[in-house]
Order: sequence, then structure tokens, then C-alpha cells
Amino acid sequence: MPIIPKDEAQAILKKVLSFSTADEAEANLYGGTRGNVRYARNTVTTAGGTDNVSLAVQVWFGKRSGVATCNQFDDATLRRCVQRAEEIAKLAPEDPEYMPRLGPQQYLTAPSYAASTAGITPDFRAQAAGDSIALCAAKQLTAAGFLEDGTRFEAIRNSKGLEAYQQSTNLDFSVTVRTPDGTGSGYAVADFTDASKFDAKVLTQRAATKASSSVGAKAIEPGKYTVILEPAALVSDEGLINRLVYAFDAREADEGRSFLSKKGGGTRKGEKLFDARVSISIDPTNALAPSGTFDNEGLPVRKLPIIEKGVAKNLYYSRFWAQKNKTEPTGFTGNFIMEGGTQSLEDLIKSTQKGILVTRLWYIRDVDPQTLLVTGLTRDGTFYIENGKIKHPIKNMRFNESPVIMLNNLEAVGRAQRLGGNLVPPLKIRDFTFTSLSDAI
Amino acid sequence: MKRRDFVGLTGLAAGALFLPGLSFGGTEVDVAELLRPADAALNKRLADAALNAAKAAGATYADVRIGRYLNQSVFTREKQVQNIVNGESFGAGVRVIANGTWGFAATNQVTEAGLAKAAQTAVQIAKANAKVQKEPVKLAPQQGYGEVSWKTPIQQNAFEVPVKEKVELLLAANAKALNGGANFVNSALFQVNEQKYFASTDGSYIDQDVHRIWPTFGVTAIDRASGKFRTREALSAPMGLGYEYLVPKAADKIAGPNGSGLIGYKNSYDILEDAELAAQQAKAKLTATSVTPGKYDLVLDPNHLGLTIHESIGHATELDRVLGYEANYAGTSFATLEWKKQNKPYGSKIVNIVADKTQPGSLGAVGYDDEGVKTGQWDIIRDGQLVDYQKIRDQAAIVGQDHSDGCCYAQSWQDVQFQRMANISLKPGAQKMSVDDMIRGVDKGIYIAGRGSFSIDQQRYNFQFGGTVFYAIEKGKITGQIEDVAYQANTQEFWNSCAAICDQSDYRLFGSFFDGKGQPSQVSAVSHGSATTRFNGVNVINTARKV
Repeated sequence: MPIIPKDEAQAILKKVLSFSTADEAEANLYGGTRGNVRYARNTVTTAGGTDNVSLAVQVWFGKRSGVATCNQFDDATLRRCVQRAEEIAKLAPEDPEYMPRLGPQQYLTAPSYAASTAGITPDFRAQAAGDSIALCAAKQLTAAGFLEDGTRFEAIRNSKGLEAYQQSTNLDFSVTVRTPDGTGSGYAVADFTDASKFDAKVLTQRAATKASSSVGAKAIEPGKYTVILEPAALVSDEGLINRLVYAFDAREADEGRSFLSKKGGGTRKGEKLFDARVSISIDPTNALAPSGTFDNEGLPVRKLPIIEKGVAKNLYYSRFWAQKNKTEPTGFTGNFIMEGGTQSLEDLIKSTQKGILVTRLWYIRDVDPQTLLVTGLTRDGTFYIENGKIKHPIKNMRFNESPVIMLNNLEAVGRAQRLGGNLVPPLKIRDFTFTSLSDAI
Repeated sequence: MKRRDFVGLTGLAAGALFLPGLSFGGTEVDVAELLRPADAALNKRLADAALNAAKAAGATYADVRIGRYLNQSVFTREKQVQNIVNGESFGAGVRVIANGTWGFAATNQVTEAGLAKAAQTAVQIAKANAKVQKEPVKLAPQQGYGEVSWKTPIQQNAFEVPVKEKVELLLAANAKALNGGANFVNSALFQVNEQKYFASTDGSYIDQDVHRIWPTFGVTAIDRASGKFRTREALSAPMGLGYEYLVPKAADKIAGPNGSGLIGYKNSYDILEDAELAAQQAKAKLTATSVTPGKYDLVLDPNHLGLTIHESIGHATELDRVLGYEANYAGTSFATLEWKKQNKPYGSKIVNIVADKTQPGSLGAVGYDDEGVKTGQWDIIRDGQLVDYQKIRDQAAIVGQDHSDGCCYAQSWQDVQFQRMANISLKPGAQKMSVDDMIRGVDKGIYIAGRGSFSIDQQRYNFQFGGTVFYAIEKGKITGQIEDVAYQANTQEFWNSCAAICDQSDYRLFGSFFDGKGQPSQVSAVSHGSATTRFNGVNVINTARKV
């Protein structure tokens, strides 16, 4: 039941729309199955699984709209759900930014589903946790980790004839390994569409090596340093590159409240704002990091450069803002592809006279939206590099830096790899600003 | 909820982008349906079905939470409504111990059969994980309370107030800001009602009705010529109150320091007044002097200090972090069991921190926690010394304690409950002292109010905080607004620099409505009370940059 096939999903949606008496209606059917296991102190702590499918119905009477959802699919429930949406719509204020429903659309095809992931069992998860724990226990290290997998579908249909459907799978794994005395800590993180590519032991070994080699960290003076930022230091739910990519909203730029707003009005679209080696684009069809091919209104997500050779190439337009500005709307589901180079992480280290290798950045928060200045700290493996080699571990530090400034101070770009559903390379950056030391390990 | 969604929720401008899918995975329903009372007799029958099934399958302990989680959020910008979300999430979660291991399963099929099946699944998961279990679960003993109930003492249920009235209030606040010269304003009203029925094999059947509310806004002023923009956030606090919080009472207003024009709020909030002031202050921020970095004495308003307490004391004294259960995500803590034994001062002698799950009006107030433990209050820091942590039933034995502190919480029926922060508050000073008395003694300082940027390391040593509005203090007087201020400190140095605390008359609650922790991440809501407090010689940096 959790994964409803395309034809069956569209049949349910067709029936739902037939119950509506509104001017326009749109229905989304979405859901799937998710499972997880969590461990810490070398033992499993919690594990769980959920199946759920939901239907959301939105209807419009003129510019008034209402939404209702349900998770039972008998005719009576579906009718009630539509009626409820219609009742809410009749009471709602008019939406001055109302846009009519989209008609039929063409969508790209993304390789976002893998049967290997859809077939994950609780035993598979327990095995992964067990392998990770066993590896650490054998080395007298302590593991804390989390594995979560999901299989999902999403279907949309509206009264203008739009039909969309996509299935996707994912597996997310992260592990923090610490020495028993708490003087060393290492981290590894990875995510996959295809679970057959996942190996808990390889990732745990990486974290374990970092934990052991981070013991005995020395303090260095905060200041400006050349840094090599590994992908986990660039991309996370709060990551530096994520923040930059999300900041390309056209409306905020037009309204004068974005780093992309221009003095005196207008935007900085078309200006070269970054090093010429910086290119970031949206591409849901990327084989290594496939993503959603439509947004929740059924607007297609297409290939689109955001930053091209350092130039701010495109901003995101909602349908309303695009119409107001006589341009095309931009479908965007949050995933991005940052172009990489050919060098490995080891190559980046080898070519560094003096610098710092950063495994991970943590608790990143906005300091000034005007400049995208953010603050945060290094964590779980920070090392000093001298003459092309890792010399010794160093204590963690707080940074205050803007990704805009950082991507102008680019020294080298490594090979791109997948993280958080995106592609991102490790980057070597000069003059990265550390402002204080932290005793945290 | 993914952390990404949580971050989106907290950022007002971005908040609406995530709608309508943010209602805790729940369904959106007519408000009238949200007020349908729960049937206690039916809940007891359903709960017993789950508990009996769990025991029959081999569980040595089981609890069940049948919950209706209601939330309504209203989002507006300038003169228009952006979104109104009515969310209901109804279902049950069953937690068991089998073979010394936790198992959990949740279902939205709230029938005797559905709950029994969830209980069996939970036992199955527990037994599967028992194979890799190294530390069998030991629960602190807990008496059954029989059939009991508790309700947030609200005066007006926010869900009974017509949405139209709420929209009108937010749009009126927006108008005040726009008339005051603001270029943009985003405002929102979040309301939560948790109708929770808990039962356990200890013999408790606990019915609770919990309410929370948070009105807030961000007012932005722009100087097109220079390209500069600045935002002043609301000085409201999320509260464990009903709609009465939005009916301002003169007795709840506290004047800010002389020369600031600020107004602080206790148990009711004047959103119209605050929006008007916000516009003035946002405009003033555009031309305010940029701070000279260096050491300053900081005078911190309760609506600002609450977040510093939250991050540097609240999280640092959660026992799950101390023990390493959060090592892979939220982190651990410097305040380990060994550190506590060393009797190092956490703060100066005047720093007294209390944990309290009963404080009226607070976000964390409940009668019983989500594992059936009656709540209370206890000291965390006494005279500057760490004396205790925040614990739940399966942690108490690890630190040699025979009872839980009642800190267990789950954000919904479909999430497993775990240790969450209690209300953690700084006791006001014993000597009479107003904020003006305090500022009179400051030679070179900064007064900071409201929420701003906040960041702290994973062991809670090094932090950096901003605020929403800053005033320079020179020779005992406020001399005007300044900008680009953030302070960096080490938790222990900072709290040891605590030099003075205003008295009870200045005491107010700050709140965090969407505090995130755990994997998968869950949110919880918690309050932090304090009076205005002075910290000496804190390092202040200038955050202005050019891009």
C-alpha cells in the first residue's frame, strides 16, 4: 500500500477531482515507507518504521482557496475531504497573488528510484548498525550513528489536465566515532539512491581513522588560514553552499533584501560575483544525484545554471513573481550540482604549503543576511597541513565567513561527490576567517 | 520533520515556502473538528489493547500515547495573508521493552486491532535490536497514578478564536510597521494544542490538554541608495498560554532602559505597539554606528538572555548529551559527570539556575511527561555550582538516582519520546535593582535585546550570539543604537563574569518554540526565565563585511 503505482494513483486523483464543484482543483497523493536505526555508546538505542500515504486537495473559487487532507481513500472520505477544502475556500480571503493552475506539462526523467533501497528490511539496518559498532568496539572506540532509508512516491493531478508522478528512494547514513577518553572524534556521512552502494564498514572506518588521528590536538592562533573544506564542511541542512544556493531568490533580490540586490535598485544577475571555477546548477537528471522533476504545483524542474563560471546566471522565480516580471518561473526542489575538478582530496593536501583540513562545520547560523556572513565551528577532525602533509590535529575553531567571499578566495577544486542529494567537490580556500578557539572535541 | 523544514519554520520570510506540508505529517482540517473532545473511556480501552498485546508478545514494560496534535499557523506579509494552515495529526505510538531493549511502533489506525498490531511490531523491533544491545535498559521505578488529567491553565483557547480575528490582528500590526516607515513586514501566529492520552503497564492513564502560542514578526527597513537592509524581530515570547497572551495588559509591560524607548512584555503582548517600535528601530539600524570591537560589559534583556541560557546551560546539562547518546548529531557536553565532581564553578556565586516543568505560562509546563512521570522543579546550578542534570527514567540509574525528573517528550504520536529540555531559568537577584540601576553602574557597555544569530559548539564551550537591537552604554547612560554586534565567549568564563541580576519585578520568560534534537530530528518547546543581567568584559566582534 505505501507505494501506490502511477496508474492507481492517477485513478484515485481523477476520482477526487470529479467530486469537486470548485472553479479549479488540484490534488497531491504522496507517501511511502521509512525506517531507521539509531545507536550510541556502541549499542542500539532506538529504531522505528512508518508507512503513510496522504492526499492533499486544494480548490479555488475565484481567487479564494482552501486545502484539506486525509489518509483514508474510500469514496466517502474522499468526498468529505473535497467538501472540507471547498468550505475552507469559501471562507478564505482572496489571494492577491493567485495564479491559475498549470496545464499539462512535460517532465524530465530522473533515475531517482532503486529497488535495492525499496527492499531494505529491519535486519539490513540492524546489520549495518552492528557492523559499525563491532568495528569500533574492536578498536576500543565508541560509535554513535544513524541510518534512515525511505521509499517515496508523489503524484499530482489538476483540473487543467496536469498529471505528474515520480518514485524515489534514499538511504542516509552518518556516524561519529570517539575515543573512550573523549580526546578524539571523527565523522563520516553519505547518502545514496541505490542502497547497494552503501557500506557501513567503509564509512565507519573513515570516521574511526579520523577519531584516532585527532587525539592530542594542538591550539593554533585564530586568524585567516588556507583551508581545505571537505564536502561535509560545505554541504548539510545548514551548509555554506546550501545557504548560498537558497539565497538566489529573485523576489528578495528585487525587493532589496538580498546579497543579490543592487545599490539603487535592481539585481546583480549577470555580474561575475565568484571565482571563474565556480559553477552551480540544478539538474534533477544527474546520474549521481538525481532529484525531483517537478515541484508541489507540478511545475517542471529543468536543468538550469545558477552560477556559471562565477557569474550569477539565474535567480529563482515563483510563478507569481515570474508573471509580474514577464519571465519564466523556475522549478526548484532544493538539490544542486556544483562542478568539480579532477584532483582528489589527497592532491589538494599535497599542494598545500600551510593550511587546515576541515572535516565538518557545525551550528552554522546567519550573522548578516546583507553579506551572507555566517558563523559556525569546525568539528570531528580538524588537522594542520604543512608542506603537503597532515602534520598534526588542531583544536576546533569558530569561523565568521561569507560563502560569497569564500568563493572568491578559491585556490583549488577537487572531484565532486554526492552529499545530501547534491554534488559538491572539496574546495581549497585562502584567507578563511577563524575568530576564536573552542575546547570542544 | 527534517531539520531543513524546521529551519524554514523558524525563518519567517522563508516559512511560507514550506507550506502547506509542514503540519507534522498531519492532516489539515476544519477548526470546528479540532475542538471535538476526546473520549477518555474509549482511549482507555484502546490503550489497554496495546498494553495487553505488548505483554502477550513478551514485553516487560509498555506505554502507549494516543494523541491528537493540532496546530494552526497564520502567515501574512504587508497587506496580505500568505497562508493559513490548520493541521491535525491523530494516531498512537507504542513503546516497549523486550529482552532489555526498547522498541517503538506507531500507527494512524487507532482501533484496538491497530494498536495491538503496533504493540506487536514494537516488540518485534525490540527483540531484533536486542541482538546488538550492550546496555540493557533499566527504568527508574514509577508508581501508577490511575486515571488522572491535567490542562494548561488558559483563559481563552486560541483554536476557538475565529481565524478572521487573527488575520486582522496580524494585518493591523503590519500596518503599524508600514505606517512607521518599514519597507516590509512578515508576521505569523503559531498555535499548538496537544491532546495526549498516556497509559503504561505501571498503571497510569493520563489525559492531558496542552496549549502553546507564538505571535511574531520581522520588520525590514531598506535604504535603496546604499543597498543596505536591516530587520528588527518581534520582542514577543512563545508561551504556554491561550489567546489571552494577545490581549495586552498594562501591568505586563516593562519599560526598557531610559533612552532606549524599548518595552518588554510579561504574560501578555502588545503586538501593535511592538510593531510600531520595530519600524522606528529598524530604520534607525540603517544609520546606526557600527560597533568598535573589543571588551564590553553586556547588559542583556531577558528576551535575549533566554537563548544564551538555552544554549549554554539548557543543552549542556541534558543527561543524554552528557552520556553520549547525542554524539552523532546535537553533540555531547563539557559538563560531564567527571567535570561535575571537580566542583569547578559553572558561574559566579549569584548564578542560580532552576529546572521547572510546572511554571505557569511556560512552554514546558505539563502535569506529567510523555512517560508518565509527574513533573516538578529542581536546581541545576546553585550558587554558581553545577548540582544536577535533566533526566528521564532510563537514565536515572546511570547517575545513581532513583527517580526521573519528568523530562520525556515526543513531538507527536508517531515519534518516539526521549529526553528533552525542561524550562531552564535564571533566578532573579535578591537585591532590589531595576535595569536603569544596573546601567548606571556601567562605564563602557552594550545593552542587547531580542533574538539574533546564535551558534555554539557541540560540547557547549564556545558560543557567539547577536541580538535584534543594540544600544551603546557610556558612563552609565544609553547613548544610542549601534549595529553589527556579536559577542563571543566561553560558557564558563561568560557565566563567571555574571556581575549583577535585576530583581523579580524585571523577570520575564523567553521561549524556543522549535528546539531541534534527535535523529530523526524532533522539535520541542521550552521557556527560559530571567531578569536583565550584567556580564563584565565580554568579547564583542564587528560583523559588517563587504561583498
